[in-house]
Amino acid sequence: MISVQTEPFDVASEYAQLTADDVDDGAAVFFIGRVRSHNDGRAVTGMTLEHYPGMTEKALEQIVTDAKARWPLGRVRVIHRVGSLALGDDIVFVGVTSAHRDASFEAAEFIMDYLKNRAPFWKREDTADGSVWVDARDKDQRALARWS
Amino acid sequence: MIQVLFFARLRDQLGCDSLTLEAVDEDSVTKLRERIVAEHPDWREPLGASGILFAVNQSLVKSGHAVHDGDEVAFMPPVTGG
Repeated sequence: MISVQTEPFDVASEYAQLTADDVDDGAAVFFIGRVRSHNDGRAVTGMTLEHYPGMTEKALEQIVTDAKARWPLGRVRVIHRVGSLALGDDIVFVGVTSAHRDASFEAAEFIMDYLKNRAPFWKREDTADGSVWVDARDKDQRALARWS
Repeated sequence: MIQVLFFARLRDQLGCDSLTLEAVDEDSVTKLRERIVAEHPDWREPLGASGILFAVNQSLVKSGHAVHDGDEVAFMPPVTGG
């Protein structure tokens, strides 16, 4: 299940929902992305996430569909926040369950690698010199090669 | 008509968040971009920058992808979510 929202999410509550009434999945993995104080040698004081409403949900749904086709997964939950965020705020939650841990670990990484390259979000960082659009990283683009 | 959207840094560079164009026969994202640049020559460089992504009706496509009347086309900088 996918959500794109301005509101914060609660990790404990997401874990409870991811595993509720499920005794078949022995593994639950989650990744949380947070707003960091430094990037590319700049001190960051805050961030704004822009997105393409409609396409963001569609792109995330496709990534999750692809992950479920590749690995035997139980439940998958992806939440991505948009709007204004402060240092230390949570940005993204990817939660995955599976019978055994390999599938959950790998699928969570796959989902993040594809989200980083295909999901239409753009970060704008607040710095001492004003507001700056974040550049995409070559490293993130190269990460996709692992999954080919 | 074709609805064209620009996002993020690209929108700031162009000073425009959207425009509409007439559809033409056998249209593609590349041809659409050429028609836009013909009307806005100083947009050639930002719209042609390496890494610019294209979407037609909210799915990522390559530049040769067909465009039809009623489509929504987006030009986007490389994404930076997560």
